[in-house]
Amino acid sequence: MNTVLSRANSLFAFSLSVMAALTFGCFITTAFKERSVPVRIAVSRVTLKNVEDFTGPRERSDLGFVTFDITADLQSIFDWNVKQLFLYLSAEYSTKNNALNQVVLWDKIMLRGDNPRLSLKDMKSKYFFFDDGNGLKGNRNITLTLSWNVVPNAGILPLVTGSGHVSVPFPDNYETTKSY
Amino acid sequence: MLSLDFLDDVRRMNKRQLYYQVLNFGMIVSSALMIWKGLMVVTGSESPIVVVLSGSMEPAFHRGDLLFLTNRIEDPIRVGEIVVFRIEGREIPIVHRVLKIHEKKGSGGLSTAQSIPDVGTLQNGDIKFLTKGDNNAVDDRGLYKQGQHWLEKKDVVGRARGFVPYIGIVTILMNDYPKFKYAVLFLLGLFVLVHRE
Repeated sequence: MNTVLSRANSLFAFSLSVMAALTFGCFITTAFKERSVPVRIAVSRVTLKNVEDFTGPRERSDLGFVTFDITADLQSIFDWNVKQLFLYLSAEYSTKNNALNQVVLWDKIMLRGDNPRLSLKDMKSKYFFFDDGNGLKGNRNITLTLSWNVVPNAGILPLVTGSGHVSVPFPDNYETTKSY
Repeated sequence: MLSLDFLDDVRRMNKRQLYYQVLNFGMIVSSALMIWKGLMVVTGSESPIVVVLSGSMEPAFHRGDLLFLTNRIEDPIRVGEIVVFRIEGREIPIVHRVLKIHEKKGSGGLSTAQSIPDVGTLQNGDIKFLTKGDNNAVDDRGLYKQGQHWLEKKDVVGRARGFVPYIGIVTILMNDYPKFKYAVLFLLGLFVLVHRE
C-alpha cells in the first residue's frame, strides 16, 4: 500500500465489488414482486376500411380504427428498481389465415416520476391496425389488453399484462365515407 | 520499479513453474470458453449476452448496456417483447421491440386447428413479425432488406430477459479503439504468465 498505483488498484477493485453487490441487491430484492394491477379499458368507436396493402401477397387488406379509453393506477409498481414502464395496448384476435394475430395499437413510456395514474379518454390508435388479409371484417372477437414492460435499473425485464381486458366486435361492412 | 519486479520473478522460475504458469493460463481461457458455451446451450441463443450499440431504445437502454438473452423454442414471440435480431446479410444485431405478429399455427396448440391452405410462402407453424425501436418514430421496415416486409424466427438471436446498465461500455471502447483492445489483452496475458500465485 505504499505506491499510488497499488492504492489506486485496491480502490478500484473495492469500488467495483461494492457496485456489483449493490446491483445484485437491487435485482434480488425486486425479482419476485407482483407487477400486475387492474386496468379498465373501454372502446367507444370501431371503424373498418379496406385499403391498399403493399406488405403482403394481396392487393388490399383490412384496416381498423378504434377509439378507446384507458383507466389505470400504476403507482404500486414503481419502486427503487423500476426505471420506466413501457405501456402498450395490444389487440389480439384470430382469423382464417392466421391462428394468432397481435397488433400494438398504442404505446407510451412512463418514467419513474411521471404521473402514474392513467386516465385517457377518446384516444386514437398510434399505429395502423392492418390485418394480414381481410380477417377483421365481421370478426366478433378482438381482445384489447393493456400490458407493460417493466424496465429495471438492473435485473429482469418482465412483461406484465394488466388484469381487465375488453372484447370488441368489428363491423360486417367497410366504411366508405372519409371520416376518422 | 514494476518492470524490474517482474523480471526478477521470471528469473527465479524454473522450467516446471513456467509450464505450470502456461497451463494455468490455458485453464483460465478454457473455463471462460466453457462458461460461454454453457450459457449458449442453457439459453438457446447463439449470443446470450449482447451490448446495446445504438440509442434507438432510449430511455430504456443506452449505448453500453448489457442485455441477457434467451431464445427457447417453447417461448413464443409475442408483442411487446424486446428482440435482438440480425438482418440477412448484415452482421450487427439490432435491439428493438415487437410491434405486430401474425402466426399461422398457434403455439398453444389449438385443438380444432384444421389444415389451412398455405397463403403466400409461409408454412403452417410460422410466425412473421414487425419491430420498432422505442425511440424511433417509424417501424423498422426501412431497415429490413430490400423487399422484406416482415421478420421471421430465423432472424432472431434472442429475446431480452435481463439487463445490467453501463458494463458494456468496455466492449464498445475496445471495438472503437482496437489498439486499446490489443493493449489490454497483451497486459493481461503478460500479467497471468508472469505472476506467481
